[in-house]
Amino acid sequence: MMPQHFKPDLRWSDTTPKHVFLNRRRFIAAATAALAAGPAMARLQTLPSAYSTDEAPNSLEDITSYNNYYEFGTGKGDPAAAAGALATSPWTVTVDGLVDRPGTYSVEELIAGLPLEERIYRFRCVEAWSMIVPWAGVELSGVLKRAGVRPGAKFVAFQTVMRPEEMPGQRSPILDWPYREGLRIDEAMNPLTILATGLYGEPMPNQNGAPIRLVVPWKYGFKSIKAIVRISLVADQPPTTWNMMAPQEYGFYSNVNPEVDHPRWSQATERRIGAGLFAGRQDTIKFNGYGEYVADMYAGMDLAKFY
Amino acid sequence: MAPVAAVNAALRRVPVWPLYVLGILPPVWLLWSGLADRLGADPVKVIEHRLGLWGLWLLVAVLCVTPLRRYAGLNLLRFRRAAGLLAFFYILLHLLTWLVLDMGLLLGQALEDIAKRPYITIGMASFLAMVPLAATSNDLSVRRLGAAGWRRLHMLTYPVALLGALHFAVQTKTWQMRPLAYLAVVAGLVALRLAWLRAPGLAPGRRRGA
Repeated sequence: MMPQHFKPDLRWSDTTPKHVFLNRRRFIAAATAALAAGPAMARLQTLPSAYSTDEAPNSLEDITSYNNYYEFGTGKGDPAAAAGALATSPWTVTVDGLVDRPGTYSVEELIAGLPLEERIYRFRCVEAWSMIVPWAGVELSGVLKRAGVRPGAKFVAFQTVMRPEEMPGQRSPILDWPYREGLRIDEAMNPLTILATGLYGEPMPNQNGAPIRLVVPWKYGFKSIKAIVRISLVADQPPTTWNMMAPQEYGFYSNVNPEVDHPRWSQATERRIGAGLFAGRQDTIKFNGYGEYVADMYAGMDLAKFY
Repeated sequence: MAPVAAVNAALRRVPVWPLYVLGILPPVWLLWSGLADRLGADPVKVIEHRLGLWGLWLLVAVLCVTPLRRYAGLNLLRFRRAAGLLAFFYILLHLLTWLVLDMGLLLGQALEDIAKRPYITIGMASFLAMVPLAATSNDLSVRRLGAAGWRRLHMLTYPVALLGALHFAVQTKTWQMRPLAYLAVVAGLVALRLAWLRAPGLAPGRRRGA
C-alpha cells in the first residue's frame, strides 16, 4: 500500500494567539500563587452589620488604586505601585500604657474571638472627596476591653510601622515619621470604630493599610491610621501627625463637618470617586452622616474651636 | 556656518501654524481618555491637574525664549506667540475643568473659594492677567499699542508665570519637591529679567530696551 501523503490541514490561524496563551500563563501563575498562599488568600468570613450603609460600594479597583498613604509617596497611585514591598507577615501589635494586660500580639491573636464584621462605610477624605468602602473588621472596643482599660486612660494613641527601607516616603521628612494618630477614649469605644483587616471580603491590600488599620467613619480619612504596630492607652491627648504638621489645618478631632472649612478649601461639598466625569459634587453631611451614633459625644463642645 | 546659526536657519523654514493644531490635540486626547474611563479613579483631578501643568510648561517655555536668544543665540521668537496663546488656552480649559467638572457649577461656592482661598485667588489673578496678553497676541494689537507699549504690557507674562507656579506650590498638603522646583525655575527666570532691567549692560549681545 502506498503510504498516504501527509496533507497538512492546520493553518496559522489555528494556532493559539499570543495574547491568549500569555493570559493562560498568567492564569496558571495566579492559580499557583493562590494555592501556595493557602489560607492567607482565603475569603474572610464576615458577619453583616446594621451599621453598614446601603449605598453601592466603590469598585475594588478604585479603592485599591486611589490612596493617600504618604509612607509610599504623595501621589494617589504611589501606594498601589510601592506598597507591595511592605512585609505584613509576621506582624505584631503592641498594646501598652494604662491597661491591665499589656503585651505584644500577632494580628490573629489581637482580634481572636471577636466578631469579624463587614462594615460598608462612607469614607470622607479631608481633601473633599469620598468613597464607599466595604471594610472587614472588629470593633476596637473589643480589643481594648480585653486588654483591660484602666480608669486613668482618657485617650488612645496609635502608631504606624516605621520601616524606611520598605516605605520610601519615610526616607524624606515630608511628615514627622512614624505616623501617629489618636482618639478620645469614648471615640475609641464607639461601636462604629473598627480595626479593619480586610476589604471586599479579602485580606487588606497593602496600599489600604495591611495588615491592620483603624477606620473611624465620622472623621476625615487621615484619622484612620494604617499598618498599626502600637496601641497605647494614655492619660493625655497624644500628638498626632497631621496636627503636628499644620495645627491650624488639621485638628485633633477632625470630625467631618461641612460648617468648618479647611483654611485652604471648603468642606461644604465633596466629590464621590467613581461617580463619573460629570457627576459634580454632593453635600457633605455633618459627622459624615453618622451623627445619630456619635453626635452625643460632642454635646456642648464648640466644634468650630475643637475642629 | 556655526551650529546655532544652522539651527536658526532651519527653524526659519518651519511653519508656525502646525503648533496650534498640535497644541489642541493633547486636551482633546485628555477629554477622550476621561470619557473612555482611562484616567483612573479620579479623572476630574487628572484632567484638571494635567491642563494646569501643561499650561505652566508653556509659560516656562515662553519665558525661556529671550534667555535662549541672549545666551545661546537661539532664535525661537517666531514660535513664542503660539506657545503663549496655547498656554492661555490650556489655562482657560484648566479653569473650566475646575468650574464645571470639579465644582459641578456650584457658582456660589466657586466664587466664595476665589475670594477666600489664597491658592485659588492666586490662580485666578494669574488667569485674569493672561486675558489682555491673549487678546493682544496679534499683529494688529502690536501696531496699535506700538512696539514699546506692547512689550511693556507683555511684561505681565512674568507675574503670570510666577503666580501660576505659586498657585501650584501652595495647594499641596505638604511642601512637595515638584511644585517647588517649578517655582524655583520661574523665580530664576524672573530674577534674570529683573537683573537685565536694572543693569542692561550685563546682558550679552543685546542693546537696552530690546
